Amino acid sequence: MEVERKLRLDPQLIDRARRAAAEIAADVDRFIADRTTVAVERTVLRLMGIDGVDAEGVPLPNVLVDRIRELGGLGIGAAPWLINAMLHTGAAPQETAEAVAAGSLDLARLPWAEGEAIRRKGAELAAAGLERIERNRRVRDERLHRLGEGKKPYLYVIVATGDIYEDAVQGKAAARQGADIIAVIRSTGQSLLDYVPYGATREGYGGTYATQENFRIMRRALDEVGEEIGKYIRLCNYCSGLCMPEIAAMGALERLDVMLNDALYGILFRDINMQRTLIDQSFSRMINAYAGIIINTGEDNYLTTADAVEAAHTVLASQFINEQLALLSGLPPEQMGLGHAFEMDPDLEDGLLMEIAQAQMARQIFPDAPLKYMPPTKHMTGNIFKGHVQDAMFNLVSILTGQGIQLLGMMTEAMHTPHIHDRKLAIESAQYIFNNARHLGEEVLFRPGGRIENRAREVLSKAVAMLEEVRGIGLFRAIERGLFADVKRAFDGGRGLEGVVEKEEEYYNPFEEALRHQLGLSEREGAWNESGSHAREALRGHDE
Amino acid sequence: MKADLTRVKPYGDMMNDGVVQLSFSLPVPVGEEAREAARQLAAKMGLEEPQVYHMTDLGEGFTYFIVYGRCTHTVDLTAIRVSKVDAPVMDFHEINRFIRERIGRKVVVLGACTGTDAHTVGIDAIMNMKGYKGEYGLERYPEIEAHNLGSQVSNEELVARALESNADALLVSQVVTQKGVHITNLTELVELVEAEGLRDRLILICGGPRIHHELALELGYDAGFGPGTLPPEVASFIVQELVRRRDQGRIGA
Repeated sequence: MEVERKLRLDPQLIDRARRAAAEIAADVDRFIADRTTVAVERTVLRLMGIDGVDAEGVPLPNVLVDRIRELGGLGIGAAPWLINAMLHTGAAPQETAEAVAAGSLDLARLPWAEGEAIRRKGAELAAAGLERIERNRRVRDERLHRLGEGKKPYLYVIVATGDIYEDAVQGKAAARQGADIIAVIRSTGQSLLDYVPYGATREGYGGTYATQENFRIMRRALDEVGEEIGKYIRLCNYCSGLCMPEIAAMGALERLDVMLNDALYGILFRDINMQRTLIDQSFSRMINAYAGIIINTGEDNYLTTADAVEAAHTVLASQFINEQLALLSGLPPEQMGLGHAFEMDPDLEDGLLMEIAQAQMARQIFPDAPLKYMPPTKHMTGNIFKGHVQDAMFNLVSILTGQGIQLLGMMTEAMHTPHIHDRKLAIESAQYIFNNARHLGEEVLFRPGGRIENRAREVLSKAVAMLEEVRGIGLFRAIERGLFADVKRAFDGGRGLEGVVEKEEEYYNPFEEALRHQLGLSEREGAWNESGSHAREALRGHDE
Repeated sequence: MKADLTRVKPYGDMMNDGVVQLSFSLPVPVGEEAREAARQLAAKMGLEEPQVYHMTDLGEGFTYFIVYGRCTHTVDLTAIRVSKVDAPVMDFHEINRFIRERIGRKVVVLGACTGTDAHTVGIDAIMNMKGYKGEYGLERYPEIEAHNLGSQVSNEELVARALESNADALLVSQVVTQKGVHITNLTELVELVEAEGLRDRLILICGGPRIHHELALELGYDAGFGPGTLPPEVASFIVQELVRRRDQGRIGA
């Protein structure tokens, strides 16, 4: 997309910000290189096709990874263990996993096959797994080509009934009303579960569990309604929390189109350990990249705890970091739904001008990203009539500045999860404003040296200063000091640290190898076989 | 014309015209039958001359209506008694002075979103240093030792932390209310506190968009605060309740 330079932003400052963010991301990546997690290893098993639960209802990927961990063997990855067992029994991954779960096959007692044979089998399994994902990508492209899609900004609404069958009905209704993206909000506790629930679910709080079967049910419903109304309807879920990469795999296998995917969000707002979730994020973004899934990042949430005017530069700084972390996972800018939000206090004089400055600035700095724009939430009050107007202002800024994905505001925000007509009224308002002001952005130039341009310049310079500060201390320390969202989190604190495992020299993840190859990513700088000392230095730095 | 407070009715643009507006959806396909169904339903709600001014198709066999009508019911305002938090609200300086002079030690307050609730906006507004709407949060009060435990704290953990820190008051925020989960959470905490024999030692306060004082009392809390509550309102209640209990010999302040 050609984005006019409506605001005169200093290109040197933008370059400085990108360079600092790239170094911050590279530092994180070196740290990640020597580590894996239980979730990454469960994801490898899922991508091999292992699914289902054991007699106690524990998902098979968990059963296997826990067993391998008991044997002290996860440092080489889950794949070698399973492949070795497959070579021994001649059975498929699923049957082999079932035999281990049933206790009829003991991984510890099997003699090890030749390394070369394991790698050959691993490459074969990875190729088959990626082929399934590639097929989904082709199906999406074919449908998009045949049915078409809504104009940008895409109208994004949530369903959150707790019952997947009710979600399917509400999702279809929203699609008929004009929505382009349907997101199924997850049940509030799910991000902290270290396993993915199994099967169709009908009970949830504040949302519905993300399960592979639930993904299938929604996918089918949205495909059905899409065929009827002649438009491809995108499905969104949450690839975050302790099972981040597993959900990425499930989404890739069930053709989701959009995924919330942001480690920083989990660290700050769900108190998930930073090491754990950044390792998980790296692999999950490779899967999302390969599956053609647009990720949404969660910078907008900073403004729910920090002030939207004062903390505006932290949003921009985080967008830069998220962009660089995504590039290291092979995710192209066209799939980066970088987040920001319309969250300033509506009582502010000229607040709208600052919102326009922020949105236009983000548009110019990330010209190819389908920016995810979040509606007002913090200053929504229960006065639904005023709320509807706040949402209308938000819609106007979006069409003026060419945002990519419009998370539609609900007048009943802060009251309850959306009712069926809340979505209708929100869609109607957005359609009215987007259509009525479609080309407003092409007609408007901002006054050079005026309030809007000056505000954008100020936010950009502050973001550069912040990024250069973070580069100096590293992302981990920056989070420890509360630089984002006013929330402080410890390097060794939070949930899920026990699931981080140091890789051994023989570590093998056939899917990461294949994905790196497919996505054109080089081997990691800090990887063991290259120069493991980088990562160890980084670790020592944090152990002080 | 002056309103008869024993027989109060809605007011549109004339005394006792009873005019109300409402909107709702029905799980029926759009059409004249749907419109009539909405009209009849409004009549059953006690509305005279119900008018369906707007009807629209929501898809999947659902229809949305905006309806006006005249309410036939009345209420007697003079007979209404509502429990309110009656402690006078002091400001930041007054509260700190009150603690120094009347309590003579720091007041310990723990705050948390309990259960699976991850929405910290309410508890943050009350607890966090910078507070809300220009009012400092409790962390900023020199005479209050405030600990915001954040989100998804289990009731067990909250009680354990209360014992550990010798807390005077617990603030519980509940935003998610789907299927009454907030009621379950809040009730469980009271039961736990009672089982531990701590009820007299702890001031229990809940807050959230669907919380009000009446509900809080019903659930066994000492106070409940709804949306828009400012930190000094909560702090004023805590310090005065502490003194009241001490004067009654219920608590060692």
